[in-house]
Amino acid sequence: MSIDQNKINNEVVTEIQNHFIRGYEAVIGIEVHVQLKTKSKIFCSDSTHFDAADNENTSPVSVGMPGTLPVLNRQVVKMAIKTGLALGCKIQEKSVFARKNYFYPDLSKGYQISQFNQPTCEHGKVYFYVGNSKKIVSITRAHLEEDAGKSTHFGQYTLINYNRAGIPLLEIVSGPDLRSAIEAAEYAKTIRNIVQYLDVCDGNLEEGSLRCDCNVSVRKIGAPKLGTRVEIKNLNSFRFIEKAVDYEIERQIDTLDSGGQIFQETRLYDPDKNRTVVMRTKEDDDDYRYFSDPDLLPLLLRPSDIEKMRAQLPELPLEKLERFKNQFSLPQADCEILTSDRNLADYFESAGKISNNYKSAANWVMGELLRELHQNKIEILKSPIKSEHLAELIQMIDQNKISGKIAKVVFSEMWLTSKTANTIVSEKGYTQVSDSKAIEQIIDAVLLENPTQIADYKSGKTKVFGFFVGAIMKQSKGQANPDIVNKILKQRLESK
Amino acid sequence: MNLLTATFYDISTAVKAKKISAVEVTNFFLTRAEKLNPTLNAFTHFNKNAVIDAQKIDAEIIAGKNLGPLAGVVFGIKDMLCTKGMPTTAGSKILQGFIPPCDATVVARLKNAGAIIIGKLNQDEFAMGSSNETSYYGNCKNPWNIDYVPGGSSGGSASAQSARLTMGTIGTDTGGSIRQPSSFCGIVGIKPTYGRVSRYGIIAYASSLDQAGPMTSTVTDAALALEVICGVDEHDSTTSNKSVDLFSKNLTTNIKGLKIGLIKEFMAGQSDADVEKVFSSALETLKKMGAEIVEVSIPLTEFAVPMYYLISASEASSNLARYDGVKYGYRSEFQNLSSLALDDFYGQTRAEGFGPEVQRRIMLGTYCLSAGFVDAYYNKACQVRRLLKNQYIEAFKKCDVIFSPVTTTPAFKIGEKSEDPLKMYLNDIFTTSTNLAGLAGMSVPFGLSSKNLPIGVQLTSAPFQEQKILNVALALESVSPVEGKTPNVY
Repeated sequence: MSIDQNKINNEVVTEIQNHFIRGYEAVIGIEVHVQLKTKSKIFCSDSTHFDAADNENTSPVSVGMPGTLPVLNRQVVKMAIKTGLALGCKIQEKSVFARKNYFYPDLSKGYQISQFNQPTCEHGKVYFYVGNSKKIVSITRAHLEEDAGKSTHFGQYTLINYNRAGIPLLEIVSGPDLRSAIEAAEYAKTIRNIVQYLDVCDGNLEEGSLRCDCNVSVRKIGAPKLGTRVEIKNLNSFRFIEKAVDYEIERQIDTLDSGGQIFQETRLYDPDKNRTVVMRTKEDDDDYRYFSDPDLLPLLLRPSDIEKMRAQLPELPLEKLERFKNQFSLPQADCEILTSDRNLADYFESAGKISNNYKSAANWVMGELLRELHQNKIEILKSPIKSEHLAELIQMIDQNKISGKIAKVVFSEMWLTSKTANTIVSEKGYTQVSDSKAIEQIIDAVLLENPTQIADYKSGKTKVFGFFVGAIMKQSKGQANPDIVNKILKQRLESK
Repeated sequence: MNLLTATFYDISTAVKAKKISAVEVTNFFLTRAEKLNPTLNAFTHFNKNAVIDAQKIDAEIIAGKNLGPLAGVVFGIKDMLCTKGMPTTAGSKILQGFIPPCDATVVARLKNAGAIIIGKLNQDEFAMGSSNETSYYGNCKNPWNIDYVPGGSSGGSASAQSARLTMGTIGTDTGGSIRQPSSFCGIVGIKPTYGRVSRYGIIAYASSLDQAGPMTSTVTDAALALEVICGVDEHDSTTSNKSVDLFSKNLTTNIKGLKIGLIKEFMAGQSDADVEKVFSSALETLKKMGAEIVEVSIPLTEFAVPMYYLISASEASSNLARYDGVKYGYRSEFQNLSSLALDDFYGQTRAEGFGPEVQRRIMLGTYCLSAGFVDAYYNKACQVRRLLKNQYIEAFKKCDVIFSPVTTTPAFKIGEKSEDPLKMYLNDIFTTSTNLAGLAGMSVPFGLSSKNLPIGVQLTSAPFQEQKILNVALALESVSPVEGKTPNVY
């Protein structure tokens, strides 16, 4: 990974201790299929846009017409390198595309082009936090491949849509380093966060642009050998990853404890029943007869080009998190939220920088802004309040132009109208009154109306001070500067 | 103008000068082809639009447009190459009725140079064969004697050109499929260096070996056609971006001082007397013309045939997986599709759609790539292939061109070898090395057998040295003993 990652490497890393469940240890590895965000497919110029009509994004190449040949998309390679570097992988100077042979109607050529024993990225590492502990997971490899088409079954018919055939995928394979369902889900989130930061994938699990397969096994505590692993395919949410892995760990332990045996097989997770069911056993596993695809020359990369790309890598989520923690003295949990999305982090940093008040910017972003965004299902990039406008609002509070209370009202109006805080405040006359004379007048008027309470105050019931403040603020429509109100009111009451 | 002997240059010059129209030329060959084809079975399809295509060429000439070097030249195309709007079967039942949505790059380049495509030519099924006998569309005949095979797999291309049903044809060569039928039918055929000619739109047999090339009556025509079809193609990443020489302009018969290599391992009397005789006389001719003869050693040629069959069958088993009856081509008739298992659908369609030789190679290839066998067969063959290539590179440090027979015998009778695949495979003994090592090779006619069947000789060069073999071929052609001899069907 980049220079900053090396820094993290040298830190003392606290491994989370003890994941033992009922005398067993779970061992989990994950394959994440990342759909790369290119405009065209991996081996031809078909569009990749998601909303196309059935079989609209196809051409003779992607439907495998006789005589057609694949030509590798340059952008795909760039994205793979970027991702590989961000995952701390060694980028191979030579990688090879192979053919994975099997028959299925949605596989138009009868083989899938996929990197096999010479992938572009190998031997990486990623880091993430589970609570306050940092976890390291090794990345065995990340290889490029083409997606297959999609079969939809209707009774006795099956319809095939080849729009997806040839969409570029980067399959990121972790080592068997995860030990719990929570770690598995956190790992998957980390991968999503990284590919989103790199802008190589939109990270949408529901639409299938990120697909996770989990390999789960259990072994008795202290057992040197790994247990038989079961693969759970196509998990399309982080919650399902957690639940499916949890279920599978329990199932395997139940089986072993009752004297049963775990078989190497592929299972599917059924979210409705919260259980995994057998999809296929190892016996039906195909022999894919891999061999180098003679239609594609080996992919050769110049080390200088790889280094150039390394230098262009953006700051990655964990690096950003550490920086936010150190630079802005924000709590770990806040930094995790702020860095969970690159655009959100950028927004926060911009608002903090302009207002010169990072703490306040963090609070506004995590409080009012995220609440509105979530409620209205709006992405941060489309927020009606831009970061510089939020900064302006923060500055107005800091300069005592408006109170914190009024600021929330102003924020709501900014959200609805996209007007700036300044405009709203001046249009509505929300400006905080700090003019002593004006405040004195209000105070005097309030005091005049409430002689009983003055007497109470005099007799030592100082609690009525709050009553006076409330009445004064009400009179001023919330615009009187509370500090000044407090000061003058105190003077007046003392001198009575 | 005698259209049967006119060169590409003669015709295109005359057509451009409006001395003869492209329509006249096209009609002449179409009429001739339609008349003689029932005897030869060289064509699998005639282009109904050929005359319309010719009219367009004439109209462009009248409009003053500057046309390419093949203006009005009539071509036939091996059925292995996709032709937009024209059936393309690869000689197989499984592609019956398949009409490609686009032209192969080779076809597009020919058309772009002004050529007229009059039809598609017979071949061994998926180019797997050396006699054209594996075609689903029937045997093609040798015009020199219709009891004999035209060779294969580009048998239709050789037969049609030999009988002058076309002015030129395109064949493909994976292990000798241009050179061997050219030799059997007495024409010129060149297999360019791997990567010279785009494979885009050519139905794949063995992708790392396949290469298309022209099959013509003269060396000059071959050089010109090669010039047109060569060169980098953005649709085929295995094409080379090396610049394309003007082969036809650079042609020369002066081969004085050129070093001609003879492969030591090819000499142990493998060929029959007729072939030996033609080979020796050609060698003497080359010496007389001032070429220097050197001996080179390529010990691994001994394994060329097994290497070829392991690699080509393995690649074929994968390349032919797409013919499953789902999207195009032949599909078995099923009584009750709804209760049919998918594997049975594939199985029956493929069992009916592929002929026995193709099925044999798919099974052989599938076996060679299977877990547990891939190292011993496919991977081993690939390793030896690299070593073979190295031996050729070494040999070409000592010589410019390697000279050898094309096959051990002239054309054989139809049915003579079709029952014995191994005997048939040995036909490729002198030709497969060229493909395995990615070299350029050609066959040029240089004599007739005692049974009046043509015999060619083979010239091989290092990669991208086509000019050298074309020059030697031109030199031999200039003193050819078969000059002016025509086949029985003519």
